Amino acid sequence: MSAAASLFSRAAPLLILAALWEFVARAGIVSPGALPALSSVLAVFAGEFSRELFYHTWLSLVRGAIAMAFAIPFGIAAGILIAWYLPVRVVLNPLLQCLYPMPKVALIPLTIIWLGIGNLSKISLIFVGALVPIVMSAYQGARSIEQTLLWTARSLGARESEVLREVLLPAALPEILNGVRTALALAFILIVAGEFVIANNGVGNLINLWGQAGQYPAMFAGVLLISAAGFAVDRAFVALSSRMLAGRQS
Amino acid sequence: MTQADVSPSSGGGSDAAAPVIGVRDLDHEYRPQRGKPVLALSNISLDVKRREFLALLGPSGCGKSTLLYLIGGFLPVQKGSISVNGAPVVVPGPDRGVVFQNFALFPWKTVRQNVLYGLEKQGIARKEREERASHYIDMVHLSGFEDNYPSQLSGGMKQRVAIARTLATEPGILLMDEPFGALDSQTRTILQGELLSIWARSPMTVVFVTHDVREAVLLADRVAVMTARPGTVKAIVDTRFPEGMGAEEIMRTREFTERVDALWGMVRSEAVAAGAGGRA
Repeated sequence: MSAAASLFSRAAPLLILAALWEFVARAGIVSPGALPALSSVLAVFAGEFSRELFYHTWLSLVRGAIAMAFAIPFGIAAGILIAWYLPVRVVLNPLLQCLYPMPKVALIPLTIIWLGIGNLSKISLIFVGALVPIVMSAYQGARSIEQTLLWTARSLGARESEVLREVLLPAALPEILNGVRTALALAFILIVAGEFVIANNGVGNLINLWGQAGQYPAMFAGVLLISAAGFAVDRAFVALSSRMLAGRQS
Repeated sequence: MTQADVSPSSGGGSDAAAPVIGVRDLDHEYRPQRGKPVLALSNISLDVKRREFLALLGPSGCGKSTLLYLIGGFLPVQKGSISVNGAPVVVPGPDRGVVFQNFALFPWKTVRQNVLYGLEKQGIARKEREERASHYIDMVHLSGFEDNYPSQLSGGMKQRVAIARTLATEPGILLMDEPFGALDSQTRTILQGELLSIWARSPMTVVFVTHDVREAVLLADRVAVMTARPGTVKAIVDTRFPEGMGAEEIMRTREFTERVDALWGMVRSEAVAAGAGGRA
């Protein structure tokens, strides 16, 4: 199958869905309030709300990026140290076990009380949510390393800090990348959820405001845009991951 | 008899006569997180001479690998002592190179990078590192595969990389834990021959763990036969063939067959005791 044909076969379900959406809305099967036509949603991107929409989506993405920029290194370091040092495990593991199943959106009121309604509370929320899967994956990855890899490194003369950096970390990398991918998806949820409640800007706030004001095409455009951003980030991350793991798969 | 063995000339305490590895009264217990400790090794005393090739032969579960890990410094010595070049073993070190059955290659490194790793840790200058890596990659016949990743290699090639990586740091002692156990029989035979010729060219002290009687007789100067758990040394058998004989040549001799038969007789009763008797 050619590349064009394979691209088409993957895009076809989406195109069918888009056509169905347009048809259902145009034919009046559902009310335009519940589902505006796709064409009118897409028109928003060229219309009066366009600038506002892109600007606020940008603000949201920057928040997410800042939170991830902290969550990734902290999460990896924490996970590996938990796996490596018993005292760290004893202290941090119970905390992690509690945090793992907790719905992070439940922390929203708490972050408002502690950190106000500015950027800090939203970024912290995303940070905490993203941190958990990264820590877990780094921990699992480090725990599942083959003993003989560590022994080999030591017998070749590596010091403990070198064993951590040069053997344990790269050995755990496939697991860590899985964890970061999960964290990215969670981050998008928390970006929007946080902005619904505690923001005066950001795409989540816009979706909320436009929904309340009855600007349904604009609201749908906001949903579409942040979804597309989430999709693009995920695809880019998958591509980056397979590049980082190049050579490991046969 | 013991008196006569101690000739005046060997009593001088010269370097060559002193054992490179000395194991004394060694016991070792496995202490699982749950359940009772299991005695894996009991009362092991063993000397390995300089440039000797010693095989540890025994049924699976007899603790022969454990003994190797203790010599390597990977497990803590609990009772008794192990010395290497006169100093007690505490931690792993580059004086004792190690090759594992599962190859233990770094999958994120290419063949060359794997071989270079130990040389970097030894602080060897870049130019010499590169030269040595090429030399040892060539020695195990992997020239042309320097930039391949382990995932792109066959099992036999992976073990060649692991051997090159260990030899490159030029350890005085080579510890091998069933290094050919995961390979098909043809590849195993070829690698056994290559190991013999490498060892003939650059003699090291080798401790080689195996459960394969033929392999032990073919490769080793002496074979230490171990009992089923708890592992003890049941007998030490001389299996040296004249220097310069290749693997094929050795295997065609009558002595080879006889020694294999004799050792098999000793190992079989232990294998039966270890619960592997069903396989004959």
